[in-house]
Amino acid sequence: MSSETIAAAGSPQLLSLRGINKSFGAVAALMDIELDVAEGEVVAVVGDNGAGKSTLVKVLSGVHSADSGTIAFEGRDVTISSPAAAQHLGIATVFQDLALCDNLTVVDNLFLGREISPLRLNEVAMEVRSWELLRQLSAKIPSVRTPIAALSGGQRQTVAIARSLLGDPKIVILDEPTAALGVAQTAEVLNLVERLRERGHGVIMISHNMADVKAVADRVVVLRLGRNNGDFRVRDVSTEDIIAAITGATDNVVSRRSAARGTGQGPTQETDAS
Amino acid sequence: MKTKTQTAPASLAMDLQDERLQDRTGLKGQFQAFLDRTRSGDLGVLPVIGGLIVIWAVLQALNPIFLSPANLVNLTMESSAVGIIALGIVSVLLVAQIDLSVGSVSGLAAAVVAVTSVNMGWPVWLVILATVALGAAIGWIYGQIFNRFGVPSFVITLAGLLGFLGLQLYILGAKGSINLPFDSPLVYFAQLAFVPIWLSYVLVAAAAAALFATDYLHARTRRNAGLSAMSTQNAALRAVLLLVALGLAVSYLNQSRGVGWMFILFIALTLILNYLLKRTKWGRSVYAVGGNPEAARRAGINVQAIYTSVFITCSTLAAVGGLLGAARLAAANQGSGTGDVNLNAIAAAVIGGTSLFGGRGTAFAAILGIIVIQSISSGLTLLNLDSSFRFMVTGVVLLLAVTLDSVSRRSRSSHGRA
Repeated sequence: MSSETIAAAGSPQLLSLRGINKSFGAVAALMDIELDVAEGEVVAVVGDNGAGKSTLVKVLSGVHSADSGTIAFEGRDVTISSPAAAQHLGIATVFQDLALCDNLTVVDNLFLGREISPLRLNEVAMEVRSWELLRQLSAKIPSVRTPIAALSGGQRQTVAIARSLLGDPKIVILDEPTAALGVAQTAEVLNLVERLRERGHGVIMISHNMADVKAVADRVVVLRLGRNNGDFRVRDVSTEDIIAAITGATDNVVSRRSAARGTGQGPTQETDAS
Repeated sequence: MKTKTQTAPASLAMDLQDERLQDRTGLKGQFQAFLDRTRSGDLGVLPVIGGLIVIWAVLQALNPIFLSPANLVNLTMESSAVGIIALGIVSVLLVAQIDLSVGSVSGLAAAVVAVTSVNMGWPVWLVILATVALGAAIGWIYGQIFNRFGVPSFVITLAGLLGFLGLQLYILGAKGSINLPFDSPLVYFAQLAFVPIWLSYVLVAAAAAALFATDYLHARTRRNAGLSAMSTQNAALRAVLLLVALGLAVSYLNQSRGVGWMFILFIALTLILNYLLKRTKWGRSVYAVGGNPEAARRAGINVQAIYTSVFITCSTLAAVGGLLGAARLAAANQGSGTGDVNLNAIAAAVIGGTSLFGGRGTAFAAILGIIVIQSISSGLTLLNLDSSFRFMVTGVVLLLAVTLDSVSRRSRSSHGRA
């Protein structure tokens, strides 16, 4: 069935995880996790607290390394040993706390760590590039010379996402991008996610918010207690089904029967048979 | 249509298109922007300039000699050594750390200068090299302990304060004091080397020309890139203001002995540090580490290397300050670098506007701050008040400066400025 989703996406797979395991001492945080992301695809990863979403993000962004399992990036098996290695591959992560420096301006933050001409900073080139990038994202930031402290939550999220794009990544991982945002700001960020898809980036979006997931994601991958608990195409699944998979309400005989009798939209048991 | 937008960059510069931006171009706009900044708690150098005017007015009223050219020349010379130490403090404060041992390190450097040049007869260049290397080594050790063991810099440098004071006393030996010969080039540099009058005006003109050139070229690049830029009149105005201000100051000092080369060295080091902090990747990283170390780390900055480099900068500048202090005194003794050197250097950085919370401040803070402190010191000495009063007054001024920093920080955060 996983081959069906891949075929349906119609684009080459950017990233494929197979059998990823990660334990912290006696606690198995991730068990046999599978995940595929294609070009121009928005994959939402949902799950309850402790489901392993954050650990998965950390494995992908190189903060933790997996105990076992394979990660294929653009068809090649890779190891992601450090955040720098992840960035080098083309996996950019926007963490929930955004990691921006309040005392620096928007331009400074965008180019932090990759300034143009290190010994004599080319402020003009960086500012021009910042404007181009923010315009492409239709970002609403009045001035790139204001310190981050002066920006709203949505604007900060925009800056963080824009920064992740500067390295020209193939995959952007967004960790709870709309948490703690207002209605309008959430809409702005969701627009931004759609623009990332239009630009051909693969997007992995961690979220708790079903409305956001339904609004932008192409596929939803549900994690439960460190295991895959469903992989749905968003347009043929209801919020209730996703929530059922998150809470484990589907994990019983009745729901499995009803899923089998349905159109195959229930939780799919992914195999390596593809 | 397209060409029209390109020929009218002033109204449509790439960075001014958002309709929410208020007009802050031109002189009037800049003045308005300055008011905005001040009101929101981004005071910049305003408090220290204001404080300096008050202090000078009071001291001049109490003793008319205070603002005499001779006394001001003295003031610049006395400021230089501790001012250079304060430069180092500015750089550690920017990463939200502290170095309490700068006094001891400068004292140790003074002792090393005396012992190597007098007792061991090393040539001057080797003495200078050894002193600078000593400072760098101390900073490197601090950085290693800080990075590897996570000991707070406060404690590491407190240990350094005691340890290096002990080493200084040990090196100086039983006599506890070594005089430098008056024919030593170091002593000449620190006491007698003044810029010739013609050269001082050339330097003033060069400074103004350099300011205009950088402003003008920067504005031209920005305009070519389609960004808003400073007008040429504005750049010229800034340069003329600098020319007049520096020209008046220099001509006043020239009525006495003039501008000391040691003070020029202090200013040159300040300008170099300012360039490094504002115009290089290293400086940007320093501000980032001071603002949010975790964000800096995730941005790929080697945070530990930045900490180490900053500790090295601070200790090295402290050692240079100690070298100049010994040269100015023509001696190194058990009192070198002790007493108020430590606190004056730290107070100068803070009074000059460097935030104790990290990520805010400029190299120029050191100049402004040390002039305030030395003014108080010199003024009270002229009034025949001993160091007891000096300590008390300096303490009050430091407290005021730190309070102002905390209050303006609160105001900044409520006005959305970091």
